[in-house]
Amino acid sequence: MTTTAPTSTYDDETALQVAFDAVIERHERIEPRDWMPEKYRSTLVRQIAQHAHSEIIGMQPEGNWITRAPSLRRKAILLAKVQDEAGHGLYLYSACETLGVSREELTQKLIDGRQKYSSIFNYPTLSYADVGTIGWLVDGAAICNQVPLCRTSYGPYGRAMIRVCKEESFHQRQGYELLATMMRGTDEQRAMVQESVDRFWWPALMMFGPPDADSPNTEQSMAWGIKRDTNDELRQKFVDMSVPQAKTLGVTFPDPDLVWNEERGHHDFGQPDWDEFMAVIKGSGPCNAQRIAHRKRAHDDGAWVREAAMAFAGFEARSARTSTTVVARSARTSTTVGER
Amino acid sequence: MTGIQAEWPLYEIFVRGKRGLNHVHVGSLHAADDEMALRHARDVYTRRNEGISIWAVRADAVAASSPDEKDPLFAPAGDKVYRHPTFYAIPDDVPHL
Repeated sequence: MTTTAPTSTYDDETALQVAFDAVIERHERIEPRDWMPEKYRSTLVRQIAQHAHSEIIGMQPEGNWITRAPSLRRKAILLAKVQDEAGHGLYLYSACETLGVSREELTQKLIDGRQKYSSIFNYPTLSYADVGTIGWLVDGAAICNQVPLCRTSYGPYGRAMIRVCKEESFHQRQGYELLATMMRGTDEQRAMVQESVDRFWWPALMMFGPPDADSPNTEQSMAWGIKRDTNDELRQKFVDMSVPQAKTLGVTFPDPDLVWNEERGHHDFGQPDWDEFMAVIKGSGPCNAQRIAHRKRAHDDGAWVREAAMAFAGFEARSARTSTTVVARSARTSTTVGER
Repeated sequence: MTGIQAEWPLYEIFVRGKRGLNHVHVGSLHAADDEMALRHARDVYTRRNEGISIWAVRADAVAASSPDEKDPLFAPAGDKVYRHPTFYAIPDDVPHL
């Protein structure tokens, strides 16, 4: 046994790290089969999974209103939007799976509470105006977060975000239009919009995560090019965007400290209740238990469909081999039930 | 039920955006069989007229080169500069060349 040189494994690892760092340095993308540091991989799995779960859980608060939306037009819009959220979840799950985790594992970790989703979806949708407010403020905040992620360093994640961002614009505009329509209505409708905005403003600001000083992962994530802006930078951008939109709409935000700062060229604003944020993340929000129970029920209730589809696929494959495809064909049309 | 896989197999999805273009990889999804893969691909990847044709390919049927093998697969392209038109010096006053 000698101590002359480092082992070849060590050398290989160093060379791989150097190559990885060089790709990040050039602002190029890391692709699934590239070598990557384990911490980079696990950070991405956590972030993409959290993002995917948010899209899937995010179907619930708005889905509640599909049957109660006031017209066929509004029902069709809401249905299309909720379907988009399912699609976004699927883009992101498949991006996450390229990092070597399975869909089943991701679903299980969501249901067991081992992986998180955005805290915003643990708040209830108490009035129909909330559908508009979610589109305007919640999807608006999501867009602020997501646009820079189109340039994230992990290829599949960036490509999924490009698709998501293209579709989010419809979400935000339909929400704003819905609220604008209500604001042209009765006093009662205007009050309903203001009440909804009052409830969602602070939780929307929380969507950007804790202040930079309390966000230990931000620095490393930015060094790796996973994140492109800090939580506070994005929050500021969102506030600056939203203030003139609120003015046009004719609503106010429930923040006495919200004021234009000429010197900074930005709005000053108050801090959300970060204790509430932590409590909701830890599971004590108004709807945490309900959201997870609903997701679990949907997953359990769909188990027989997933199993039947696999059994049918196996039957089909065997039939093809024994040339009894006629039977399979006739059975086929009635059994293609989607996962969702 | 015995002999049933826990998870539907993974398919890679390719979409032709319009006539005259190649099919382009857009992502992946899970499906029990080919027909379901196409139906799901239609719902997941073409909700807004993004395509006129879809290919769904079982992911385990795709053979891929590995970018991290430091292999010489793409290396020879670099030293054959004579394969590129700019390798050849042509007088400036020769038209259409």
